[in-house]
Amino acid sequence: MSGFSIVPAPVARLPWRMLLLVIGIATFGLVILYSAAGGNVRPWALSQGIRFFVFLAGALVISRLPENFWRQVALPGYALFVLLLFAVELLGAVRGGSQRWLDLGFIRLQPSELMKPMIVLACARFYEMLPPNETRRFGGIWPPALLIGLPAGLVMLQPDLGTALMITAGGLTVMFLAGVPLRLFVGGALALAVAAPLAVNFLLHDYQRNRVLIFMDPESDPLGTGYHISQSKIAIGSGGISGKGFLNGTQSHLDYLPEGHTDFVFATMAEEWGVLGGLFIIIGYLMVIRWGVNVGVQAQSRFAKLTAAGLATTIFFYVAINLAMVMGLAPVVGIPLPLVSFGGSAQMTVFLCLGILMSIDRDNRREKNW
Amino acid sequence: MSRPTRIATEAQQGYTFSRRAWLLGAAQIGVGTVLAGRMSWLAIAENEHYKLLSESNRINMTLIPPRRGWLVDRHGHAIADNRTDFRVDLIPDRVVDKDRTLAALRELLALTDEDMLRISEDLKQAAGFQPVKVAENVGWERFAAVQVRQPELPGVAPTRGFARHYPAGAAVAHLTGYVGSASAEQYKETKNPLLVTPGFKLGKDGLEKTLEDELRGKPGAKRIEVTARGKLVAELSTRPDQPGQTQRLTIDAGLQEYAARRLGTNSGSAVVFDCLTGEMLCMVSMPAYDPNSFSDGISHLEWKMLSADDHVPLMNKVTQGLYPPGSTVKPMNGLALLEAGVDPNERVFCGGALRVGTGVFHCHKRRGHGAIDLRGAIAQSCDIYFYEMVRRLGYDRIAPVAKAVGLGEKYDLPFATQRYGTVPDSAWKERKYKTKWTVADSLNASIGQGYVLANPMQLAVMAMRIGSGKLLQPSLLMDKVARNAPPLPFSEDNLRIVREGMWQVVNGGGTGGASRLYLPGIELAAKTGTAQVRRITMAERRSGVLNNAQLPFKLRDHALFICFAPADNPRYAAGIVLEHNGHTVRNLDTPMIGRDIMTYLFDKEKALKALAQVEPTWGGDIRTRMAAQEAAYRAATEAPAPAQAAATETDAPAPTRAPAVEQATDASNAAQEATVSDIANGAGPASVGTTEPSDTQ
Repeated sequence: MSGFSIVPAPVARLPWRMLLLVIGIATFGLVILYSAAGGNVRPWALSQGIRFFVFLAGALVISRLPENFWRQVALPGYALFVLLLFAVELLGAVRGGSQRWLDLGFIRLQPSELMKPMIVLACARFYEMLPPNETRRFGGIWPPALLIGLPAGLVMLQPDLGTALMITAGGLTVMFLAGVPLRLFVGGALALAVAAPLAVNFLLHDYQRNRVLIFMDPESDPLGTGYHISQSKIAIGSGGISGKGFLNGTQSHLDYLPEGHTDFVFATMAEEWGVLGGLFIIIGYLMVIRWGVNVGVQAQSRFAKLTAAGLATTIFFYVAINLAMVMGLAPVVGIPLPLVSFGGSAQMTVFLCLGILMSIDRDNRREKNW
Repeated sequence: MSRPTRIATEAQQGYTFSRRAWLLGAAQIGVGTVLAGRMSWLAIAENEHYKLLSESNRINMTLIPPRRGWLVDRHGHAIADNRTDFRVDLIPDRVVDKDRTLAALRELLALTDEDMLRISEDLKQAAGFQPVKVAENVGWERFAAVQVRQPELPGVAPTRGFARHYPAGAAVAHLTGYVGSASAEQYKETKNPLLVTPGFKLGKDGLEKTLEDELRGKPGAKRIEVTARGKLVAELSTRPDQPGQTQRLTIDAGLQEYAARRLGTNSGSAVVFDCLTGEMLCMVSMPAYDPNSFSDGISHLEWKMLSADDHVPLMNKVTQGLYPPGSTVKPMNGLALLEAGVDPNERVFCGGALRVGTGVFHCHKRRGHGAIDLRGAIAQSCDIYFYEMVRRLGYDRIAPVAKAVGLGEKYDLPFATQRYGTVPDSAWKERKYKTKWTVADSLNASIGQGYVLANPMQLAVMAMRIGSGKLLQPSLLMDKVARNAPPLPFSEDNLRIVREGMWQVVNGGGTGGASRLYLPGIELAAKTGTAQVRRITMAERRSGVLNNAQLPFKLRDHALFICFAPADNPRYAAGIVLEHNGHTVRNLDTPMIGRDIMTYLFDKEKALKALAQVEPTWGGDIRTRMAAQEAAYRAATEAPAPAQAAATETDAPAPTRAPAVEQATDASNAAQEATVSDIANGAGPASVGTTEPSDTQ
């Protein structure tokens, strides 16, 4: 929902409602990180806050770029990141062990992270170029399947199950929105239901398989991986409606909750702020995502429509998978809660998504106003 | 939805997109709702459950051992109380430099290598906030030294706790038992964390064990907040302990200690009852261990010394020693004869021996007592009178009376183990040995030998019941005294005749003249007894029976004694048994010990004065003698430095359960069994020997 532009200035034309929500969520995140550090801006809240402003500024800059820029950059950018994924894989092979990032000196670039929006752009661009009558044919299905499968496979090799799933989900969302026959999705879901147990047994790494198995029965391993889920549920459950109060969380402060400032930051929050804090984050995000989908609905070009709804859904996947994980509804797959979890990668991705969404939104309004 | 015919146009595409975007949005809101619902379920519906889990994560309880309930005597004097115990614990979590701390403690507390080994083992296993014992029963000087240096030794916790204390020491050992740390098995059984809390002790023997539930109390708790790694964050509220209940005993602490001292160097026991109520006034088994040092955990050396001692200090002789009662059964025999219709004035001629069948049964007086009646037979302890009378009536007429006065009976007393002996009769022998009761069996039983076995408490009960004429039940706990005892089912006249006989034992030229009370208006009625623990062969008898003083300790006769006073209106009754006493030293023999114990009840000053005169001749009081004995033993075994001795403190086995005690108890009862089997083979002591010393009076 874009507001009415009352003041005739570029500032007034910004989607303030969404931005205020984002600033609200991120500020709440800083408060949580402050508490997670035992009532200290170091080591997390301060650097997270600085990063937030940098990325927010970046997103606003990006929003000035025209829609056409993204159309041009979609496929070459995709190709570049696939190459980077290969590079990471090679480096990882050289250095041994799993490697997810490239050290560029000034920044540690995690190509798989940026692959999440890139796959949406690439698929959207593909369907824009595809003649409409091809959409429901095989020709409209195998190229995006390949576009998705290549990076997802590479990420899976790293191995990073959570990111691979998100890349796949982002691409599939665009395919779904583009009009690929529903029965393929239904059939695919059925096939997955059959294949999943097999995949768990044969394709996953031991630690991944363990996580899945323990997710099914967290109490089977109260001191190992199941410990994360058990302690996270205790933190959320003991918070009650309004929480134990700011800085009063015992699960996080006494180190019972692992990763309380990164993947399990929501549990840290829930312990101190209760269901009310949780609803603020869930509803806040749903409104941001709804704004993004609406940007897509109002967009004129097919590329913009698919991109906007796809990117909004990418943000949705972050939030949904992370929350399902901390509440014990999904296995521990290492997806952070964007804007709240400490760490730059997810934040950067989300602001990239928001920047592109704002740039599409800007074009939408310009067209409307003209 | 037919594939080939449907051709999408751009307009259709836009329509599909809008519909699917709406679907997607709806799905997202759906997922959001599910997540919000899940969160509410966890935090609202399951809130209590997770709150509890969170609290149990956060809070750890350190138990404070409860103060043990006191054992007090009938006048409220402490028999077992709690003294302040200075102890030093280590809280692993707060220790900064472990090696330096341990080295400092070692120096300050003079810890041994074994101690150090135990401490580092315990440290390895302990959770971070759980105190580990460094030393207990620390002297004030050392404790103060640790306290002074505490600021530079973080993690060291000098604490004032409570330790069990028995003011009378060894004198009450077999009454109270002792306390000690719980064994690993006990902890495994109950999983009660109190059992492994440093400083907690539970009853291991005696009343401490049987009254454990009442004495224990409820532990206090120190609640502390800890992190996931067990690091202490803050101390929360402390709940004080609830001390155990004080248990009031019928014991007279003064008498108990007096009797223990008066037994001197004997291996013996003394029990005194109140003839009006059946209250037990003292219950002494000497020598004994010091329950104070047992409760601190005794050394190997001390343990070895105690278990090797032929005076069996680890055995509670009062309830577990079984002895042939010897001539102390004669008043009871007399009562049974009277009840069976024997005329008390009927005389039996004692010529010193009686031939029954092929055997010859001797009286302890070789020349014989001449013609003697029932009172005289009790007073002079004439064996022939009872042989003859029991031969006529059969022992089956005697046994019911023996049981009625308390022999062979198990009393309702708070002791885990009571050996209650045997009152034989023909049915019993048939059952046990599958053989017929013989006349010889009757004659042996008639002088308290043969199959008859009793413990010292039963002898005292016998004296109490004959003296009072009531079926009194012995009691030890003040709130369990059974008042209003019914009269014995015997004629009061018959009881009076027996009491007259017992009066004569002391005051009418009988065998117990040495026990006469020097108190105005109070006379003692008693019966002496001697129990033989060896056979006297015909060859020995011909060449002259060996004097007890010439025999090794284990072969000497037991000396027994029962009495009550005042003779005309009994108030107190006592039973005394001295193992292998042999009647060798007059002031250590039963009559004079009996006299002094009874004197104490009527005139404390006089009794204490008498004791003060003789005690130094035995090597001092109990503590002095025990210390001397230990020093001698230590010197004899050349103990390899006190380091070895102080090691393995805590897990001293419980004496009553330990094999060593079983052995001691069995060995001392084995002598009796040996004589019993001799009797079964037809060679009872009565047929070949004497049972009464001719030198008493």
